[in-house]
Amino acid sequence: METLFFSIVAAIAILMSILVIRCKNPINSALSLIMTFFCLATLYVMLEAPFMAAIQVIVYAGAIMVLIVFVIMLLNIRTESGRRTQHALFLGAATGLFLLFQTWYFLSRSSLTGAKGAIDSAAIAKVGHTELIGQSLFTEFLLPFEITSILLLAAIVGAVVLAKKKV
Amino acid sequence: MLGAYLPIIVLLVVAACFGLGSVVVSSLVGQKKLSPVKLQPYECGCEPVGSAQERFSIKFYLIAMLFILFDIECVFLYPWAVLFKRLGVFGLIEMGVFVVILFVGYIYVWKKGALEWE
Repeated sequence: METLFFSIVAAIAILMSILVIRCKNPINSALSLIMTFFCLATLYVMLEAPFMAAIQVIVYAGAIMVLIVFVIMLLNIRTESGRRTQHALFLGAATGLFLLFQTWYFLSRSSLTGAKGAIDSAAIAKVGHTELIGQSLFTEFLLPFEITSILLLAAIVGAVVLAKKKV
Repeated sequence: MLGAYLPIIVLLVVAACFGLGSVVVSSLVGQKKLSPVKLQPYECGCEPVGSAQERFSIKFYLIAMLFILFDIECVFLYPWAVLFKRLGVFGLIEMGVFVVILFVGYIYVWKKGALEWE
């Protein structure tokens, strides 16, 4: 049952990511990307990470997609511009083959699923996923958490300086 | 495990069926007497002026950017709220520092008039 569900979601995710790069109209690409994000959120749920799934929907499918759509409207791109050159085709094929080889190389060297982490399903079920994230975020990774606020502050100032006519 | 999420899946399926169903049923049942006026895009009853895909002002971009940044701040508040009692005063100070730094950004945005629609 779970495998079947995963297969369906994964198939939709792959189909939608192909549509992202195949659509001629950038707005359609953006909409396909939203669908891909929703599929990723579903996969997070299946990995017992509901908080990550919620963030995926709130931040990525919600906020970041709004920004992407606004940028498309700001630049007023109607259709994909530019021709596919011989150069780009060759570079793309070479990069793709290299990544494929890399994946095959590492898969052939180790097991398909990899080693298990310290926190397993039982621990998540006992403590709760959001609690586990919060616990490490607010104790172990205290400094990175506080630095995040500085990063966000820099982004706020940057956005105002760039987009405001007279600062 | 997935059983707990069954209501959400049911809701998604019902929503999709409703959306698709209304289009399909109305195209099957409804009359099809098309005229140029009927095929015009509906724009609050006004005559459509120009293309819908016009160049948008950068003001939208600024608002979207600020929305994302404060959205991310809110996301950090969720796990903190869940752990509020266990973290106690330490957590309160920690989140206080985080929020105050972003509050400086908020005051900056306000003072620079980035929230004004000019």
